[in-house]
Amino acid sequence: MKTVITLEQAQRRTRRVLLIGGAAATAWVLLPLYFLLINAFSSPETIGQFPKAFWPEGNTKSLAFLLGFQGVLSALWNSIAVAAMTMVVSIGLGAPAGYAIARFEFGGKTAFRMLIMLTRAFPLPLLALPLAVLFIRAGIDDTLWGLAMVHTMLALPFSVLITYSLFSGVPIELEEAAWVFGCTRWQAFFKVVLPLAAPGLAASAVFAFVISWNEVFAAAVLTIEHRTLTAFLLQSLNTSPVYLKFAGGALLVVPAALFMFLIRKHLFAMWGISNR
Amino acid sequence: MADIQIANISKHFGAFHALKGVDLSVQDQEFMVLLGASGCGKSTLLRIIAGLESADTGTVHVGAQRIDHLQAKDRRLSMVFQNYAVFPHLTVFENIAFGLRMQKRPQDEVDRKVKRVAELVHLEQLLQRYSGQLSGGQRQRVALARALAIEPRVILMDEPLSNLDALLRLEMRAELKTILAQSKTSTIYVTHDQVEAMSLADRIAIMNQGVIVQCDTPLEIYRNPATTFVAGFIGNPPMNFVTMQASADGMFEGLGHRMPGPRGHASLTLGVRPEDLTVASAGFGIDVAVVEPLGAHTLVTGFVGTPHQVFRAALPSNAQYHNGQRIQLMPDASRVRWYDSNGQMVPHTHEE
Repeated sequence: MKTVITLEQAQRRTRRVLLIGGAAATAWVLLPLYFLLINAFSSPETIGQFPKAFWPEGNTKSLAFLLGFQGVLSALWNSIAVAAMTMVVSIGLGAPAGYAIARFEFGGKTAFRMLIMLTRAFPLPLLALPLAVLFIRAGIDDTLWGLAMVHTMLALPFSVLITYSLFSGVPIELEEAAWVFGCTRWQAFFKVVLPLAAPGLAASAVFAFVISWNEVFAAAVLTIEHRTLTAFLLQSLNTSPVYLKFAGGALLVVPAALFMFLIRKHLFAMWGISNR
Repeated sequence: MADIQIANISKHFGAFHALKGVDLSVQDQEFMVLLGASGCGKSTLLRIIAGLESADTGTVHVGAQRIDHLQAKDRRLSMVFQNYAVFPHLTVFENIAFGLRMQKRPQDEVDRKVKRVAELVHLEQLLQRYSGQLSGGQRQRVALARALAIEPRVILMDEPLSNLDALLRLEMRAELKTILAQSKTSTIYVTHDQVEAMSLADRIAIMNQGVIVQCDTPLEIYRNPATTFVAGFIGNPPMNFVTMQASADGMFEGLGHRMPGPRGHASLTLGVRPEDLTVASAGFGIDVAVVEPLGAHTLVTGFVGTPHQVFRAALPSNAQYHNGQRIQLMPDASRVRWYDSNGQMVPHTHEE
């Protein structure tokens, strides 16, 4: 006997599947974050307990201890400095390249776009050793700006492609109108293109910042004295008690997650999707 | 004081020869329309005049000043774009003021001039809006006001009405004509719409495959198309063409009709517009295939020759026609035009 279902039933089923699937995917991402936060805000005494209280205790002892830990604050500062340098250089180099790809025809343009992405095809672990040797020979090992160069290499392809997409989204006629009404190419860029692309450029800058902030491998290999927060925690948390691990994890994850949340709309531009 | 002289403009895009030595002369305060199908080079020519595209060869003069080597910003021309190109991050006021601001005019002058052109294009209520809050017609007005505000010597327009819906286009067309007549600038206007061209232009330059085929007043082009291309392009329904053979007595014969034509040719193409035909006891013999009563007149279509060619006549709507009916259509001798095998008009006065 065949089971016949109505359209309404079919729609209800589809909706149920979507709902369950969505909930599962959300839980997959959010549950670890939730446990991370709840443990980070637990006192060192209660952290081993199970089941957990639903609401975090709001105990900041672990975090306070972490921040007071020898070297954490300077590592935090190093992370911010490296990420800021990465952000500035990535946008400084990436935006002009993105503009060039969006506006000009030049020989090898397609190859250039492919090459940009290819830089991401090399796994960092593969590059780390040669880079370390090279850095030591050049005398730029264990420097913040040396690490920022490596992070820029990681962030630059995204900066180029995101800004390319941004500038392509600004109609060329707007620039042409600006030229006709008295602007030089530079003036037209600053008066017309930049204001229209600014929110996306800011998002692209934040994205570069987060890439550097999250990066641990190169940071661990290329720095010794001047560790970034990720490298520092990787090194010292191995031997730390569990409550410090959670506090350190939260310190790393929260700013990155927050930044990505704030710029999520603009990052869709990279894939040519608009969610408006 | 701003006539435009365009001489020998040539342009390649790779192997494609977009403009083949174009000459054009536009008088002061004249409304010149560049008309042609897409790909004929009309927009390229406009962009070369604006400085958005560079020509391979040739010169452009505005008044006594040569401008083809200048950057767009230094040409002091205005332009209205097909998709308006209104700056979305600026208010209507700042859009209109854009050119004046670039010229660093004092604030009171900017205020005065923006207010004046805003009134001209009926935007005075919307000056603080952004383009996202405007309709297509209003954006078009902003683009026009921005072009007028700097009181340019020349306004260039690239299909400015083609993004508007039909009704609005008709309305804006009439308005455009009034506004530009008041503004005393010279205008070069690009369109593919022959009705727009006929209704707006002082003169029309018809372009085909990178050359100007004919440049004249709308009525002159309609009455005396220089080539069969122009004859077939202008007029809706288009002109009818009949191949005529000369006989020994100097008369031409075709489709069962004999009439005098220009001497010294064995075979010519005759062109006659559908409205210049009347039903008579003699004339071109047509078997009626389609009857379209349009109210003002009835359009009668027959197929003639091999391969089948369309032959149309716009006849008075009081008579009845039916399919398969044989009718004789007598052309108005003064409206008949003759073309040689290259499609060029052959002059003929019918006293000949």
